[in-house]
Amino acid sequence: MGVAKYTKDEKGAIKEVIYQSGIKVKPVYGPEDLEKAGFTYEQDLGAPGDYPFTRSLHPQSYRSRAWTTRQYTGFGTPEETNKRFKLMIANGQNGLNVAFDLPTQMGYDSDHPLAEGEVGRVGMAIDSLKDFETAFAEIPLDRIGSGLTINGVATIMMAMYQATAEKFGYSKDQISTTPQNDILKEMIGRGAWIFPVEHGVRLVGDSIEYAVKELPKSNPVSICGYHIRESGATPAQEIAYAFEIAKAYIDTVTARGIKPEDFVGRFSFNFNVYGNLWEQIAKFRAARKLWAKMLKTEYGVTDKKKLFLRGLFGGGGSGLTKEQPENNIMRSAYYALGAALSGAQTTALCSFDEAYTIPTPRSALLSLRTLEILMDEVGLRDTVDPLAGSYFIETLTLEMEEKIIEEMEEVQKWGGMTKSISEGFIQRKVSRQAYEYEKGLQSGEYRKVGIVPTSESGNRPEQETQKTDVELHEYNQEWAEKSKVNLIELRRTRNDKDVSDSLKALEKAARGTDNVMPYLVTCCHAYATVGEMAGVFRDVFGEWNEPEFY
Amino acid sequence: METTNKIRVLIAKPGLDGHDKGAKIVALALRDAGMEVIYSGLHQTLNQIIQTATQEAVDVIGLSIMSGAHLPICKRLITMMKEQGLDDIRLIVGGVIPYQDIPELKEMGVAAVFPGGISFEDIITGMNKLFE
Amino acid sequence: MPEIVAILQGNQRAGARMIRLLEQGKLEALTLLKQLYPHSGNAFIIGITGSPGVGKSTLIDDLITVFRKQSKRVAVIAVDPSSPFSGGAILGDRLRMQRHATDKNVFIRSMASRGQTGGLSRATKDAAIVMDAMGYDIILIETVGAGQGEFDIATLAHSTGIVRIPGTGDGIQAVKAGILETGDVYIVNKCDRPDVDASVHALTMMIGMQNMGRQTSHPSPKWTPPVVKTNALKGTGVDELADTFLSHFDFLKKHNLTDQTKRNQETLYFKSLLKDLTLAKIHSFMETSPAYKSVLKRIQTHEMDPISAAEHVVNTMIILK
Ligand SMILES: Nc1nc2c(ncn2[C@@H]2O[C@H](COP(=O)(O)OP(=O)(O)O)[C@@H](O)[C@H]2O)c(=O)[nH]1
Ligand SMILES: [Mg+2]
Repeated sequence: MGVAKYTKDEKGAIKEVIYQSGIKVKPVYGPEDLEKAGFTYEQDLGAPGDYPFTRSLHPQSYRSRAWTTRQYTGFGTPEETNKRFKLMIANGQNGLNVAFDLPTQMGYDSDHPLAEGEVGRVGMAIDSLKDFETAFAEIPLDRIGSGLTINGVATIMMAMYQATAEKFGYSKDQISTTPQNDILKEMIGRGAWIFPVEHGVRLVGDSIEYAVKELPKSNPVSICGYHIRESGATPAQEIAYAFEIAKAYIDTVTARGIKPEDFVGRFSFNFNVYGNLWEQIAKFRAARKLWAKMLKTEYGVTDKKKLFLRGLFGGGGSGLTKEQPENNIMRSAYYALGAALSGAQTTALCSFDEAYTIPTPRSALLSLRTLEILMDEVGLRDTVDPLAGSYFIETLTLEMEEKIIEEMEEVQKWGGMTKSISEGFIQRKVSRQAYEYEKGLQSGEYRKVGIVPTSESGNRPEQETQKTDVELHEYNQEWAEKSKVNLIELRRTRNDKDVSDSLKALEKAARGTDNVMPYLVTCCHAYATVGEMAGVFRDVFGEWNEPEFY
Repeated sequence: METTNKIRVLIAKPGLDGHDKGAKIVALALRDAGMEVIYSGLHQTLNQIIQTATQEAVDVIGLSIMSGAHLPICKRLITMMKEQGLDDIRLIVGGVIPYQDIPELKEMGVAAVFPGGISFEDIITGMNKLFE
Repeated sequence: MPEIVAILQGNQRAGARMIRLLEQGKLEALTLLKQLYPHSGNAFIIGITGSPGVGKSTLIDDLITVFRKQSKRVAVIAVDPSSPFSGGAILGDRLRMQRHATDKNVFIRSMASRGQTGGLSRATKDAAIVMDAMGYDIILIETVGAGQGEFDIATLAHSTGIVRIPGTGDGIQAVKAGILETGDVYIVNKCDRPDVDASVHALTMMIGMQNMGRQTSHPSPKWTPPVVKTNALKGTGVDELADTFLSHFDFLKKHNLTDQTKRNQETLYFKSLLKDLTLAKIHSFMETSPAYKSVLKRIQTHEMDPISAAEHVVNTMIILK
């Protein structure tokens, strides 16, 4: 039953509940539980907006402002993306979130053999500054911020963004961009990595350092516990691994003589709301508290605002089922409720048909409406942190904090996040868990509505899904053709010497210790392609070899 | 000397998509069903897949495809398999595969399709059936 | 059936299928192997052993690169343990070598240990013969440690490299206890880690002690196993490692030691084959012989005790011609 472990007696009464993070839940909680855990209001909660921010980052939370929502856009060609951007801005959106196609994410140009069949498929295809100029034409880059969903070549896209703004007459201190730029999580989860671990981390370091010095309004990294959870991590591990990743980035930047106080305020997080409702709420409350405590005690950060765990808490895709996709609409609504009860600043939901393909406009709109119903209709904005003081929630929050710390300590025992990933400790643990969980789902030990355990034979999910009817995105071969034509044109018209000079300078920087960012900006201005810039990195750094996962 | 015929299967992720959770847990499930699984990792080109299948003399190539590009990928791979004389190797596909695409995949020569959400048991039974 | 000519020409498809048949224990494959055997014996076989995770596969990936630069054709047999529960296996060593997958002069074959915990079965030897006959100059065999398998890596390879990592307590204690196996080359990998020099020092001392022991029992020319430091992730030290292996091979050839190795190997191989073939005979006897079935019946009806029955069958019915 559920995504936790339930033991029942013969009459069906619940005997024992164990959450995925490993916490046992009692049938009833009372004041004695808080007492036993040594709970105090000042230490463990504090007023909303006060350290350690368990309740909320802001004193008034949703009273003063509802959460912001994000929608991913980025379609096939830069032209189409631009149209969509303009439409969104006209509809009142003040932030854009750009998705890139796989070749761009992996640092290949659209005419690379590996790009075949993938150009523009899951996002916008970018080959050179020309494409960025098209995508962001007539967008007020001093007012609109952009999230760039890119990791392996995040440095290149940041440089593109700056170069584009400069082309359009903005200065680099006016623009605001948030690349995802979390390469370590790619190595645990999403798989869009290119270079070996230490070089990947160095690039993250370069971009943070550059942002600190040159891009005052940009947030150089968004750490994604979200994808770690999707890969099979428990909620406690999701937070623990994200924090250990953050520490790896902090350490690499501090090693360059920059104080944590000067940059940690620019970190943001992307977490997953999927699983048991209470466990999720406790997770986020514990995470806000722990992050603030960690920055304060371990890194000596004093400015209150820099202790904030900022970020997006979004509905998890792996919670959704392919079977009976309509159920996902309801499921996502409850994830959103969890996010609201956790005080999420920003949220987003997966579309109900995402288990099939990238969301269709109809399903994307449904997600948006779900969020509106919560905020504008049923009363989630009424009061700050409505669950505070619940015997259960407060006990669970404390237990969750302990679990997270335990998981972090294990990573430290392995030698820190960089090493744990490069040797595969995390991947092995997470994929084993994913396997066990999947087996549990199939045997009926865990339960997701719509999935029929194999033990109950005769009614296989296959039979139900066969009937389901979902809209599917079509892939458009023309996108690839167009990109290829543009590339030919670009190579014909650009100044070859500028390109090769700038690439040579980039190579020298990559081999040495210079920050690569300014060199990348020069390359972008010279219309070097993504594939050429990433190619320089590939030559200098090599490619990562993933460790065994079993 | 052991004379049992264990099914040897290559699990591969073709192309650039990096969502490998499905491929990994299926590899684990096949191992636990007594098969020998060669895991070649992410970002494989079709040529790498062909050469690996050749050198390993596998019975089955199992592709995990989540990007939606299953039709063109399978088509290309099957052509290449024919060119290389790998006609005794079965191709199976899993991942994000809409049910309406299954007939077309079968038509082009895919031996079995296991769309996401299908149980391990069904995958294993389906694979064993290929060798009855 | 794979074609002998194609195998001898180095056709990977044919060679791979041959190895598959041998691994499946198909007796008819032995008939074919017999034809390949005279064409083997030219490859330099290198064993790479060490505990899981020390970096064997990564090192082999680097060694392939080095040997390929020298225009040598390289084959790899990577042995990974089978699951003791299901008998299945995930074979992931080639994950680290995949960039060589499309090089026509590289042939990588993964192999499950199939119950030979940590050791090697006859199938490994068979595969090596096929690769050898296919014309590969170098055959690298990856396996976890010296195990209890039928074939110790040292009896399969000309040269055995033992991979260790810094700070794992290899020390005099282990030598005294006789735990450490003997290699021809010792490799301290992950030398980007602390405590490298301590490990190298401990190993060097250990080799010294072993050599003292050796001298008395071995009058033959002495090879002192060198200790090579590597960082497989960066490929540092791997050129030197490759050279070390090659010079060991030269050493063996110079002192006619390859013949001795070969003799030892052939004896072992012979014994192993004898066992397998005999067993196969017995199996087929048990399946087909009516006389056997009647003995079985007599056991079941208590006319004969199992011990006498077994003696009777072996002495009177199974004829090894
Ligand atoms: N730091 C470091 N890591 C290494 C080195 N060589 C291998 N590794 C890592 O160690 C892990 C195990 O390597 P692998 O070659 O699979 O080991 P095997 O089990 O002995 O074959 C992988 O994560 C490698 O990236 C090295 O020289 N230095
Ligand atoms: Mg290995």
